[in-house]
Amino acid sequence: MASATTTLMDTDVAQAVQKLLAIDGLTIGLLVIVISFLLGAFFLLNALKRRYHDTVDPAMVRVFNRRIVAWLTIYTLLGVTVFLGPTTTLCFFLGVSFWALREFVTMTPTRRADHRTLFWVFFVFIPLQYGLAAYSGDRRWFIAFAVLIPVYGSLFISARIAFAGEAQRFLERTAKIQFGLLICIYALSHAPALLYLDLIHYDSVSGQYQAWGQSKSRLLFFLVLMVQLSDLLQFLWDRLYGRNLIAGQIHASKSWEGLIGAALCCGAAALTLQWLTAITPFTIYGAAIMGMVISLMAISGTMTMSAIKRDRGVSDYGTLVQGHAGVLDRIDAICFAAPIFYHLTRFFLGAEYAN
Amino acid sequence: MNPSQKVTSAVLALTAKLLSGATVRWRGSEPDACQRIYFANHTSHLDALVLWSGLPRQLRAVTRPVAAADYWNAGPVRRYVAGCFNALLIDRHDISVRNSPLDIMLREIGETHSLIVFPEGSRSPTGELQAFKSGLYYMAKKRPDLEFMPVYLDNLNRILPRGEVLPVPLLSSITIGAPLWLHQGESKDGFLERARQAILQLKEEQ
Repeated sequence: MASATTTLMDTDVAQAVQKLLAIDGLTIGLLVIVISFLLGAFFLLNALKRRYHDTVDPAMVRVFNRRIVAWLTIYTLLGVTVFLGPTTTLCFFLGVSFWALREFVTMTPTRRADHRTLFWVFFVFIPLQYGLAAYSGDRRWFIAFAVLIPVYGSLFISARIAFAGEAQRFLERTAKIQFGLLICIYALSHAPALLYLDLIHYDSVSGQYQAWGQSKSRLLFFLVLMVQLSDLLQFLWDRLYGRNLIAGQIHASKSWEGLIGAALCCGAAALTLQWLTAITPFTIYGAAIMGMVISLMAISGTMTMSAIKRDRGVSDYGTLVQGHAGVLDRIDAICFAAPIFYHLTRFFLGAEYAN
Repeated sequence: MNPSQKVTSAVLALTAKLLSGATVRWRGSEPDACQRIYFANHTSHLDALVLWSGLPRQLRAVTRPVAAADYWNAGPVRRYVAGCFNALLIDRHDISVRNSPLDIMLREIGETHSLIVFPEGSRSPTGELQAFKSGLYYMAKKRPDLEFMPVYLDNLNRILPRGEVLPVPLLSSITIGAPLWLHQGESKDGFLERARQAILQLKEEQ
């Protein structure tokens, strides 16, 4: 009897493990590889720092450490939410949006009359947009998700500011709040919305398009990995071959060589990853193009947010309020890459357009 | 304080921290349980609550915000909340020799408590620091052992401005400077101006 119970429990455990792995063995495997790589880099860097503390530039080590820790956090949370399901991921991104918008509005001077408009932005548009994201797999709700902020949000904000009755700098104030809404909420909400996509893929054996039955967390993982790879590759290309700055006044180190080099390397990395693991529903060339597009969008995001920071005279959103992590600094690239990646994927491989 | 108020007090402190996203910076001073008067600029109803929750827990237990009785005694909810952060309520309208706010404060703090005060008297309509009321000077004169801590609260007027009920959760900061004492033979205006400048200095530095 006792042994029968044990066997039963063993099967239960085995089933649970199998179920977990069925969530997506590949994503989890890749996550483990990336996380251990980052941990390795972190310990190596700090060992080097201790050993050669008189020759290594401590500011540089600090910058690297901050980045590695941020990436580790993102991947770990991503891993946790893969286990816990899409709703958890959605809530996590909602929190990030909330914090990023806080940083954005704190840094952007608004007037006293904008107070109630801002209240709407924080307490109505954030939950609404993420609520719609949870239903974005359905075609009808997808349209609502796609237009909530560009249509309803932007019109509402301009009208609400007009109703508040202060005419000074009207267009400027409207634009500031609309931009914050667009970047911090709308753009970022497309990252977790990837988990609700219903996709098809080209099956080379049968020569036909078929439903793509894999876990959607693969898409999110692919997006985050490409954005961060692009970040790292740009840094290396800028350091090694950066000659022609894109716009020195906006960003002191981003160069054309970095932009092109990183995009090409990201394309190659995506191609290799797709060829080895078939992680995305794209063909290997499709994946390469997506890798390049994500890299270009990531640079665009960094440049745009850098322009805003320069205009406001702050170096980091993090230094704005000392002791805070500077969430907006870490997600600027994802904010630009996520909606484009989402829409291209849906446009080419959305199941609703299959026939 | 009864147990329910203790729990509410912890919840309030956490809510205030989350809502205000406040960073606390000690410039030229450290958290200490010695008797202190924290004096800050006043722009929002949240000021006292946020500054109080920005202090370490042990200090919160001995620090009492001074608040207006007419506002905090209006209605059971406000009265309950005021009790939670152990507010010292002062009647702004019924001030007389018998009922001097200064005497009440000195009596209430005894030998253990610290206070949070807003020497401008009321919330600044523009956000600029107004002239100080003289209470701070008389307190320094009567109790030369108290440390007078200048505090600059930044951005709270955007989180909950005058005349608004609903807060917008932006980020704010609390900067606490080095303590001041009344100098030998320093005039009233001299001390008040020095205290005011200490807050403006923190605003510049932050």
